[in-house]
Parts: sequence; C-alpha cells; structure tokens
Amino acid sequence: MKSDNHHYAAKTIVFIICVFLAVLSLFPFVIMIVNSTRSTTQIQQHAVSLIPSGYFMKNLNILLGKSFKPSVGFMNSLIVSVGATVLATYFSTLTAYGLVVYEWRLKRAYFSFIMAIMMIPTQLSLIGFYQMVYKIHMTNRLSMLILPAIASPSIVFFMRQYMIPALSMEIIQSARIDGAREFYIFNRIALPIMKPAIATQAIFCFVNSWNNLFTPLILLTAQQKYTLPIMISLLRGDIYKTEFGAVYMGLTMTALPLIIVYLALSKYIIAGVALGSVKG
Amino acid sequence: MKKKKGNGYAKYGYLFTLPFTIAYCIFSLYPTLYTAVIGFTDLKGIGKTDFHFLEHPFDNFVTILNSPTFQTAFKNTLMMWVLNFIPQILLALVLAAWFTDRRFKVPGAGAFKVMFYMPNIITAATVAILFNALFGYPMGPVNDLLTRFGILSAPYNFLVKKNIARGIIIFIQTWMWYGYTMIILTSGILGISPDIFEAAEVDGANGRQTFFYVTLPNIRTILLFTLVTSLIGGLNMFDIPFLFLIGGPDNATLTTNVFIRNQAFAGSYMYNRAAAASMIVFVVICAASAVLFYALRDREEEKLQKIIRKQEKEQRRKMRQQQAAGNR
Repeated sequence: MKSDNHHYAAKTIVFIICVFLAVLSLFPFVIMIVNSTRSTTQIQQHAVSLIPSGYFMKNLNILLGKSFKPSVGFMNSLIVSVGATVLATYFSTLTAYGLVVYEWRLKRAYFSFIMAIMMIPTQLSLIGFYQMVYKIHMTNRLSMLILPAIASPSIVFFMRQYMIPALSMEIIQSARIDGAREFYIFNRIALPIMKPAIATQAIFCFVNSWNNLFTPLILLTAQQKYTLPIMISLLRGDIYKTEFGAVYMGLTMTALPLIIVYLALSKYIIAGVALGSVKG
Repeated sequence: MKKKKGNGYAKYGYLFTLPFTIAYCIFSLYPTLYTAVIGFTDLKGIGKTDFHFLEHPFDNFVTILNSPTFQTAFKNTLMMWVLNFIPQILLALVLAAWFTDRRFKVPGAGAFKVMFYMPNIITAATVAILFNALFGYPMGPVNDLLTRFGILSAPYNFLVKKNIARGIIIFIQTWMWYGYTMIILTSGILGISPDIFEAAEVDGANGRQTFFYVTLPNIRTILLFTLVTSLIGGLNMFDIPFLFLIGGPDNATLTTNVFIRNQAFAGSYMYNRAAAASMIVFVVICAASAVLFYALRDREEEKLQKIIRKQEKEQRRKMRQQQAAGNR
C-alpha cells in the first residue's frame, strides 16, 4: 500500500534525525575523554581520534602538578551540594506542610508570595549579598552557599502540589488522637509519605548546586575553598595554554562522574524533569 | 474541603513556615533591597563597605543606561536568547510530537531522550571550556575535522570572529536545553486527555491537523511556562559566555551578568554601577514573571474565592441592616 511505504519512509527519516542528534550530544564528550588519554603532540597532529592512547597518567601528572586541585574542589562542592540539598528539601517540605495542613490567616497571601518570588533569580541581588557577607567577614565560608537553600520557593511550590493529593488529613487526625505532637507528625508521618517528591527535588537541587559558578566565584577567593566549577575555570588560564592533553584530562575528571551518575539515574531524572512541568 | 478549621493549630502554620521566612529575609530580601540601595550611592573600590547617597540619586542608572558597553551587553543577551530559543522550541516541539505520536513509535525513544538531555546535566563551566578547546586554532578538533574532510583548505580561527563566537554560544545553549524543553513538552502532550485525540481521529484529522488544532492549543500554558523560564534563564546567562571567551571578541559575547561581574569584581570595583545594572535587569525580569504569574493563576479557584467573598460581603451587609433595624 502506498501509505504504508510513506509511513515507513517517514519513520526512517525520524530515526535518522534522532541518531544525528544523539551523536551530536555525545560527540564532544567522546572527543574530550579520548583526548584526555592522548599526548599534546598527538592532539596537535590530529585533534580528533576515536582511539585512546597511553598518556592518561602523564596528562594527570601535568594537570595535578599545577594549581588545579580537583580533590579540593570535589570535597568543597560535595559539602556545599549535600548541605544545600538537605536543607532545601527538608525546609521546603516543612514550609509546604505548614501551607497545606494548617488554616491560618496569612496562608493564601503567603502562597501567592512564594509564587511571586519563585521566578526571581538570585544572581541579581549578588552585589548586596556580597556586601552583606563581606561586612560580617563571612566570605570564603561555605556556609554562605548552603544556608540560603533553606528558602527555595520553587521546591516549596513543587512540594505543595505533590502534598495536597498525597497527604490525607485522616492520618494526621488519628495521629493527633494518639497524642502525637505536630512536629513529630511531620517528621514521622508526612516526611516518609513525601519521599518520592523529596528524591526528585534532591537530584535537581544537588545538580544545580554542584554546577553553580556565579555565586561561589564571587564569594570564594581562597584556593582551598574553591568549588569544582571555579577549579574548572582555572583550566582556561595561561598555565595550561599549551597543555592540551592536561586540559582535556581536567575536563574529563569533572564531567565523567556526572555522566556516570546521570546514566545510572537517568530513568528517575527524566521522569523528574517531566514531573516538574506538570505544575499548577 | 477536608482541611481542619481548628483555631488551636493556626500557630503551627506560622511556626512551620518561619524558617523559610527568616532565611528568605536574610539571604534574598535584604540583599535585594541592599543592592537597590547601593545603586543610589557612591560605593566603589575594592574592600569598601561604607557609602554615601549621591547628590543626584539616579546618576548610576543614567550612566548605565547610556553606557555603550551595557547596551551592547543587553543587546547581546537578548539576541543570543532569542536566536537560541527559536530553534530550541521548534526542535523540542517536533521531537515531542514524534515521541508522543499514537500511530508509530520511534524505536529507542527512551534512549534518545536520555542522550538529548545529557548536555543539560554537565557543569556549564566544563561545557564552555570544552567548546573553547573544540574550536581551538589552529589544531582544534573542529578544524581538524573540517580540513580532513576537505571542507576547509586551511584551519580557520573561529574564535576571533564576532558572529561566529556568538553563533557558537547560541549553539551551545540550544544544544544544552532542547532536550529539557522536549521532555517538558512531551509530558505536557501526554497530559492531554486521550479522548480529545480519539475524537480528532474519528473526525478524520491527519497528523498535521491533529498537531496544530489539538496538541498545540492544549499545551499553551506549558509553552508559556517554557518561554518565560527560558527568558529569565537567558537574561541571566553567565557561565557559558564568561568561560567560553570572557565576553570577547570585542564584547561580542558579553552578557549583562558578565558585565555586572566585570563592573563589580574587576577593574575599579564599581559596586554601585553593577547594582544599578542588576536592578535594571531585575525590573525586566519582574515584568516577565508577572506575565507568567498572571497566566498560570488558578482560574477556577479564583472564581470560587470571588463568590465566597461576595457572599461574605452580602452576609455582613445583611447583619449590618439587622443591627441598624435593631437599633431603631
């Protein structure tokens, strides 16, 4: 049948375009990883190769011999990201609980306020933030990158939307009759019910915090406090100008852990992105 | 409604939202107001914290708005956002339509989604420096490929050409974000009731008609959401332009946030001018947010609230009338 042929051709074209886009997504990272195993001379002769070479350790030594300290950046980023994720998810759930479970006079206004501030990017108050932190001598403190996570309006919004159908008032009522205190009910009953939503938000909060460059770049001036993205920015410096192999090595060291974690969790991450869109 | 009306519990509402309130006031509200104030002062110079208000309070704003560099930065930012958003949303729409097509399934759709979204998860700083290396001159990977396949006879120095540098940033942004937008749109399309599609099929609509007359109108809220969040993100572009070419060549890839950073934390440390520039962008973004807030408001709930308020008013009026009658 004619329409079947037509159908088949369309399907093939769609598939080819998808393969092309997939190659486009992967290719830069493949070059990066392969080149991290090649010597600078090899890269200068032919910058594109799909065959790894044996210069992995040499590149690593050149890289680590200079100011690039990935372990320091990794640890600092881990402290900031874990701290920010724990605070953001816990306190956002708590705030959402306050907005869903209790009736109080300013409740509606409070929620409207959260919706209004949800879209305002923090980068725009950075000058005031820097001045405030500088005045109290707290620059170079990682806590200044962690504590602001307590107020994460978009996570509160998400948690509220998830909580309204998920949390039944009957459970809370019966816990109250059993004599449980309000705070206990939140920690022991509401939090476990919210686990799937918390997991989703935790992934994105962690990734955002891990990848953040602007605020840490302004606040952290001491090398031993640098987070990973600031460490990465050092690869652009003059000291690595002629060390192509080492630069690819540094990029690989920062990207490969993310790629592996992403591929392992991709099912949940993609589902999480999709879930985030069903707002409102 | 199953919510408890009890008065004794109201205090917990305030108590449980208190940490958010405090943290927001300290880490967001105060810095925002402080930034606004600094915009009206003479605060500049490394390590300075004390300031005086200017004789002509709007001097910094006037200087910034008249600054050719800021104008360039704002134009660049807007242009790079527009030119990345158009291909991004079109590509995402087409892919989302393919991946949700009821007549034929794309083989390996799940794996494709995973790969399309991957660039979004990688640190932007890494991506910026990687692309800087990829387009390196004379022997970066892109030049190597182009000369090897005979497309270029000699290596080309891409990164010193203004439009090419901008084009690469636009490409990076599209490349990083179309997967995200596609997933959002896909889930939006899957959220449409299947009955509507079935009805369209029964009525004999073809694929194209279904897409334009059924799918598109039903995801307009999500399209708007994507538009505004992308605009806000785009106006705050920093990592990629800052690390790709530090705003160069010749300010061609300078964005407003890179401009703000350069004003405040390099050269003569003009915190006041940077603050004024922040506030100008802030106003633009607030306007965009207001549009979203208005578009996404819960219409049903709003109607209900209106009716309730009307009834309450009516009741109060009646009570007052009764009181008045009683007094008489």
